[in-house]
Amino acid sequence: MSGIGTADAPATRRDALPEHHGSITRRFLGGLVTPGGAVFVLALVLFAAVVASNPAFGEPDRMVRFLARSAPIAIIAMGQYFVIVAGEFDLSMGAVIATQVVMAGNLIGQDDSRILPVLVAMLAVGVLVGLLNGMATTLLGVPSFIVTLGMMLALSGLVFYLTGGAATGNPTDNFRSIGRSGVEDVPVIDLLPYPLVILVVLAVFAVWLMRRPYGRTLIATGDNPSSAAVSGATVWWVKTRAFILSSMSSTVAGIILVGQAGVHPSVGQGYEFIAITAVVLGGVVLGGGRGWVLSAAAGAIALDLLFTLLNFREVPSTWRDTVQGVIIIAAVALSGRAWRSGNKLPRMLRRPEADPEPPIPPAVPPPATGSQSAGTP
Amino acid sequence: MATRKYLSALAAALAFVVLTACGSTDDSATVEEDSSSQSGTDQKEGESGADSKWFDQATYDEQDEQRDATFEGDPEKPYLQYIDSEMRDTAKFKSSGAKKACFANASISNPWRQTGWITMNQQLKVLQQQKVISEMETRDAKDDDNTQIADIDYFIKEGKCDIFIISPNSTAAMTPAVQRACDTGKPVVVFDRGVETDCATSYIHPIGGFAWGIDTADFLVGNLEKGDKVVALRILPGVDVLENRWAAADKIFEEEGIEAVDYFTGADPAEIKKIISDELAKGDVQGIWMDAGDGAVAAIEAFEDAGADLPVMTGEDEMSFLRKWEETKLTGLAPVYSNFQWRTPLLAAQKIFAGEEVPAEWVLPQVPITEEERSEFLGANEGMPDGHYAKFGGEDLPGYPEVWQKRQMP
Repeated sequence: MSGIGTADAPATRRDALPEHHGSITRRFLGGLVTPGGAVFVLALVLFAAVVASNPAFGEPDRMVRFLARSAPIAIIAMGQYFVIVAGEFDLSMGAVIATQVVMAGNLIGQDDSRILPVLVAMLAVGVLVGLLNGMATTLLGVPSFIVTLGMMLALSGLVFYLTGGAATGNPTDNFRSIGRSGVEDVPVIDLLPYPLVILVVLAVFAVWLMRRPYGRTLIATGDNPSSAAVSGATVWWVKTRAFILSSMSSTVAGIILVGQAGVHPSVGQGYEFIAITAVVLGGVVLGGGRGWVLSAAAGAIALDLLFTLLNFREVPSTWRDTVQGVIIIAAVALSGRAWRSGNKLPRMLRRPEADPEPPIPPAVPPPATGSQSAGTP
Repeated sequence: MATRKYLSALAAALAFVVLTACGSTDDSATVEEDSSSQSGTDQKEGESGADSKWFDQATYDEQDEQRDATFEGDPEKPYLQYIDSEMRDTAKFKSSGAKKACFANASISNPWRQTGWITMNQQLKVLQQQKVISEMETRDAKDDDNTQIADIDYFIKEGKCDIFIISPNSTAAMTPAVQRACDTGKPVVVFDRGVETDCATSYIHPIGGFAWGIDTADFLVGNLEKGDKVVALRILPGVDVLENRWAAADKIFEEEGIEAVDYFTGADPAEIKKIISDELAKGDVQGIWMDAGDGAVAAIEAFEDAGADLPVMTGEDEMSFLRKWEETKLTGLAPVYSNFQWRTPLLAAQKIFAGEEVPAEWVLPQVPITEEERSEFLGANEGMPDGHYAKFGGEDLPGYPEVWQKRQMP
């Protein structure tokens, strides 16, 4: 398994494998045809299509604004990545976001002095939810699908009970500025939105974490929990921390969304599925053990680009979900194909012949139509 | 390039399959409109304005007239007012003693329904004190047709209901179940969304979706120029009261040369903000039309964040919109889908058991809130949460205002 889809991606490169194969260009191009790399190509294609529909979108300040608005889903996609790469699911993300958003609205209100204590409380709730999800999954042995679904229902019910379905209102503008404003008077882009800063910081943190022993253990645990346990990993704690990372990412996304969108019990609704879609689009394997964290973030941005593209193209509202769904399926199918037919690529993009670990031949020989696949011009 | 070609071919093929499938299942959502002009034209489904399957000229004209109709009864109690029409004799139901009401509710899944549900329960308390109603057993269908059919059948089977109150989840699907309730010989009161049978003792509803569409579209047309662009934010497809609002508005926009583009938002403010910011990136937007006011604030904020001129806008009488409207001073209108109608079914029950006649179709007033009236309604509803509706009509009920402020539901 190891080394096939990931050898190109620096973050998940295994130390046990030879450091590099081939030149940096070759490795880069080779990486693009793995699912984790193809998502960047997809994002670029979508970006080009958006700019073609509306050239103004290519201006730096517009792009920055766009990235800022995609920040919450990119952040939760990274959070969901930790859980999925460990072989689990987190369906409670949307409900966590809604809970945090409503907490902020109801507890902070118009009182600036409450911002800090409530922020601490929100983070504590985030940790607690992750801890409960993780411990119920690992120690009680309940499938994470069920645990987090239960958590989602419990939290949604709690939000409904606390708010009667309608939040009191938005909290003070100072709190909302985290999601709504940014560093002003920056050259070229004018305004550097805080959400984008938060996204970049978290992305760097995530990449760093995945290169640390924790990250390596997490992937190993997702790949094969038994062998990870045998080799000394505390599986329950490794996975539980992944759940905590996930619910913390929902918390951060919630804090940003309070500013960007405002307080409403529907904020966050369906985000768990957007996050899972983004992660899959990023080539991360459901079931765990393989994938790159930044590909998950890129998957989220690609999804948002698709949304914008449909807006710019004026796809009728009744069609929109269908078109969106079909494109997502097509993209995932394509990237899977690209990966499988990696050994049929033109010589330049192929792994060197000397590769000590040749790519696994597909279980089923590719059909004749395989020659139409993405990598072949 | 090959990638994109492959992708779009696949997309087109799959989209075709999905869409064909949709065309055949969609019929369950097709309600009410099988009369006259549009029947049997499946090919034209989903087209805009007057071509929409949700549009019906006769109902449109009727509701257009009703906007200026005279309402019988005390204007201080709009929830008891009605347009003079056929009255139902209820002498056979006349009887003394406290009665048990059975309420099959579609859901309390949005702030409008929640506000109404709170009001209804406070009204119930009054009638319980007056020994008119002994108790109200409620089953919530959680927006599911099948659940609601089972709920109604459960009530019928249980056999302990003295009156059925039904707020249908959807029109066509609920018709047989309502008919079965009527067949028990007990009084049946239907409110909000309708059904395709007039067996109910009374069907209570505000004027309707077309009237909403006419009020709002006329307002936007009156404040915009020909060729201006309106973004329409719609909650979800397939619900008749919402679809009728858009069908009427879209028709008027088309006739008056307003460029309108519509989106489904699920009332999610994050989604609304993205849509508006994309639209503003594409070009100027002069107007915002909403089929329900939930999420209006996010739409206005998107203009603020983009530094664009605020639009002419129609929202709803939800407090969040009224407050933001006041704060920004934009040119706006708050159409009303009278929330006070949630009181009326229980009051109708009181009349029915007293043997007083009730309108067979009880059309309640539906009057938008204008800029001049805004501050009055804001003042009257001070301290209410953002999801509260200004015309909830429960000021004289016990528990006012705390119960609505804290949104206490049983």
